[in-house]
Amino acid sequence: MPDMSDRRILRHLLADPDASNAVLARRAGVTTASLWRRLERMREAGVIPAIQNRVDWRALGWEVEVSLRFTLDKTDPRAFDEFIAAAREVPEVTEIQTFLGSVDLRLSVIARDMAHWQQIYRARILTLPHVSDSDALMLVSTIKDSAELAL
Amino acid sequence: MSGLDQTDLAILRILAADATRSAAEIGRSVGIGQSAAWRRIRKLRESGILGGRRVVVDNAALGFGVTVFLGVRLAAKGRTSLDEFERAVTAIPEVQTVQHVLGQFDYRLRIIARDISDFERILRRRIMTLPGVGQVEANVMLSEERLPGPLGTLG
Repeated sequence: MPDMSDRRILRHLLADPDASNAVLARRAGVTTASLWRRLERMREAGVIPAIQNRVDWRALGWEVEVSLRFTLDKTDPRAFDEFIAAAREVPEVTEIQTFLGSVDLRLSVIARDMAHWQQIYRARILTLPHVSDSDALMLVSTIKDSAELAL
Repeated sequence: MSGLDQTDLAILRILAADATRSAAEIGRSVGIGQSAAWRRIRKLRESGILGGRRVVVDNAALGFGVTVFLGVRLAAKGRTSLDEFERAVTAIPEVQTVQHVLGQFDYRLRIIARDISDFERILRRRIMTLPGVGQVEANVMLSEERLPGPLGTLG
């Protein structure tokens, strides 16, 4: 279990993920060696499963991002598993979430432009199995995206 | 495609999975030297393609067991109401993500809470009191996976 120092380190890391270890250590009030040791331990324990770099798809020329929400036909017990397995095979899918609520599943899908989106939608999305209903939200802009926790 | 070659794409794939890999390790994996790898990483960063870091934490292990996605529709729309709503919603610490969208809702929010009663408190005291807020739909997240996207099929 993470102790108070671990939590303080995590709070600073989540607030500024690009800060160097030296800067993080100073902010959290620990030595750089202790910071490194604690981060390693939290990674090994699965408290920090990953530290990844974001890829800016718009900078790569992929202008369109759509949030697709699905309701599945749950009369088939394999509906979730088969839908998710099929969604993973679509290269343009960047996120898959499952929910308890009026929506069962959500996908984030990216495309180069609207024509490309239409192509992906017809060929890869409409063919996903067990869908009883779906709707789409087109991303205009991301105003906030943080992993911060009130630790 | 922004002048990226297969080596650049391979570097992006590695860093998108693990941002803590050194230039030397990355160079070895893609078959180039450390300084060549470092130059390519710098170029990807300067072009804005390689973004900042995302720290993935086990929220539940840290006492935050509930993630809720909210769809929010504004009751009244207009330039000032969007600005006002955005300013107020981004200031709520439990709101991790705010996205302006087109469709059935105007905004998508991702909210992190300790448990369902903590979420109810956030919803009542923070969300329902936001300026201009109209219809709200909540879905409690059960599982999540992020995928590398089309990095593997580009080029």
